[in-house]
Amino acid sequence: MSEPLLSVRDLVKDFPVKGGLFGREIDQVHAIDHVSFDIGAGQTLGLVGESGCGKSSTGRCILRLIEPTAGEIWFAGRNVTAMLGDELLALRRDMQIIFQDPYASLNPRMTVGSIIGEALIIHRLARDRREFTDRIVELLETVGLGPDHMLRYPHEFSGGQRQRIGIARALAVSPKLIVCDEPVSALDVSIQAQVINLLEDLQDRLGLTYLFIAHDLAVVQHISTRVAVMYLGRIVETASSAELYARPLHPYTEALLSAVPNPSPRAKRHRLHLEGDVPNPIRPPSGCHFHTRCPIRQLPLCSTEKPVLKETSDGHWVACHLRG
Amino acid sequence: MAGSTHASVTADGIAAVTAAPSVRPVTPGFEAWRRFRRHRLAVAGAVVLALMVLTVAIGPTIWRVPINAIDFSAQVAGPSLAHPLGTDSLGQDLLARMLYGGRISIAVGLVAMAVAVIFGTLIGAVAGVAPGPVDAGLMWLTDLFLSLPQLPFLLLIIYLFRHSLTAIVGEQLGIFILICIVIGGFQWMPVARLVRAQILSLREKEFVEAARALGASTSRQVVRHILPNALGPVIVAGTIYVAQAIIAESTLDFLGLGFPPDVPTWGRILYDGQNYLDIAPHWALFSGGAIFVTVLAINFVGDGLRDALDPRKVI
Repeated sequence: MSEPLLSVRDLVKDFPVKGGLFGREIDQVHAIDHVSFDIGAGQTLGLVGESGCGKSSTGRCILRLIEPTAGEIWFAGRNVTAMLGDELLALRRDMQIIFQDPYASLNPRMTVGSIIGEALIIHRLARDRREFTDRIVELLETVGLGPDHMLRYPHEFSGGQRQRIGIARALAVSPKLIVCDEPVSALDVSIQAQVINLLEDLQDRLGLTYLFIAHDLAVVQHISTRVAVMYLGRIVETASSAELYARPLHPYTEALLSAVPNPSPRAKRHRLHLEGDVPNPIRPPSGCHFHTRCPIRQLPLCSTEKPVLKETSDGHWVACHLRG
Repeated sequence: MAGSTHASVTADGIAAVTAAPSVRPVTPGFEAWRRFRRHRLAVAGAVVLALMVLTVAIGPTIWRVPINAIDFSAQVAGPSLAHPLGTDSLGQDLLARMLYGGRISIAVGLVAMAVAVIFGTLIGAVAGVAPGPVDAGLMWLTDLFLSLPQLPFLLLIIYLFRHSLTAIVGEQLGIFILICIVIGGFQWMPVARLVRAQILSLREKEFVEAARALGASTSRQVVRHILPNALGPVIVAGTIYVAQAIIAESTLDFLGLGFPPDVPTWGRILYDGQNYLDIAPHWALFSGGAIFVTVLAINFVGDGLRDALDPRKVI
């Protein structure tokens, strides 16, 4: 692969847990634990995992919406983690985000036009009123909405339409990379397909690169070039989309895949049930984070040694002592 | 915004959108006015308030009885043709005194409310977005003001500044400014807490995060995204402050810290009248009624404003 558009190296994010008499930091939530990955220009990396595994935090760290504790993020040869002031403002034109909840992500007191147009004002992308309006109309049409929607308020739209407005807002600055933070999880299944198709269509037309965060593997398989599976702040397996779905190596990936519903009624299903809950990220298990729930664990190895990502075949990496 | 019913956002939302005519030339301000007009109680409140203001503004030029004409032959007399609202214990005409006093009371109520709301919003907004130490400092200040013994403190402030201020701008205006600042200065704390709490919760919302991702400065996030959504409770609190300020002003008069005893205000008339409730109920009734009606009207206007400014609300 040529020079990747986005490189994440050893990203760490610990959230402080405050408590006690004077609100001291008494503990830390280890949300992201040395995560590294690359995304090539025009590609889509699917990032999957359960709730609380750190996938959304990863997306927000890349955009510097939250400050990473350690690690480096490189975007088109520039170090994102070291950016300040104007440089960071300029970065906002290259990277955008689409949120999960289309109801919470649009300001209820602003018209759709001013929501989409805000980026044009902040970055001075329109010379006059006419250009400003034309650009908003163009963006609305890009996402399949009409010019008459400009003066309406977000509550007048359905979930899918709102998500389109969110996409138009992200596109206003003509970004190169869009972090899609579970963009379809809150939508009806029929609407999900429409929004996914819109995202793919936009990628073809505008040459966008996506970091696509989701907990639904079926959705990710459809849109992703590569997929990375996260568990408790670590990437446990990463491979091309086809490879991962055909030959999952990590037992956690297997369990996730076995949970995807199969539309064929005659298909024989082999469900792999995981025992217990996700452990507390304040005190993650020793060794392999997954060893407390793993069906194939071998103690004491798995509970003492931290597995590293190893390449098993071309582009297929897995962090497991037994399958690596 | 408890108890408000928001528009449903599913199928009928789409229908409304698709059935819409082409671009409507409507500015947000005009839209708010259109929504306000549909709020019947608010319009009634606005009309009553406008009438009250008009009455006290031009009333004294029509009802030309002097406010301090003493008539011992008509002490504590009930309403009559000569004295439509009756007289007080000195036989002074209550209508004339109410018209004159209304100017002071309404002005004090509105200005003190504005002082409290503006100052409280400012402190709360700064505390809500500022880093830890500044936030903690401002909240200590708020707690300090809440725990101060207010009356002795008011006494001290007015005693200290009354003469220097009245020397500059004249007796009545000086006392007016002092009273508004003092009353407003002791009512901003709940607003500050309210605004700070709203900001702390709103700044974690995704639409504010989206603004951050677009590169919006902190002040832009607060002014464009956070404050407009925090406005509802502040407006309601503000309307209640008008009533409190009118009453507080009368308390100051009562203690001899406000306007001189010969200057009538609604609060003062109410205080004076309460001793005569059994023999001259009209005295307290009309002044109390005037305060009540004004406060109620402002409250309805506040309710209407809050709803008109919230586009989610179906009116």
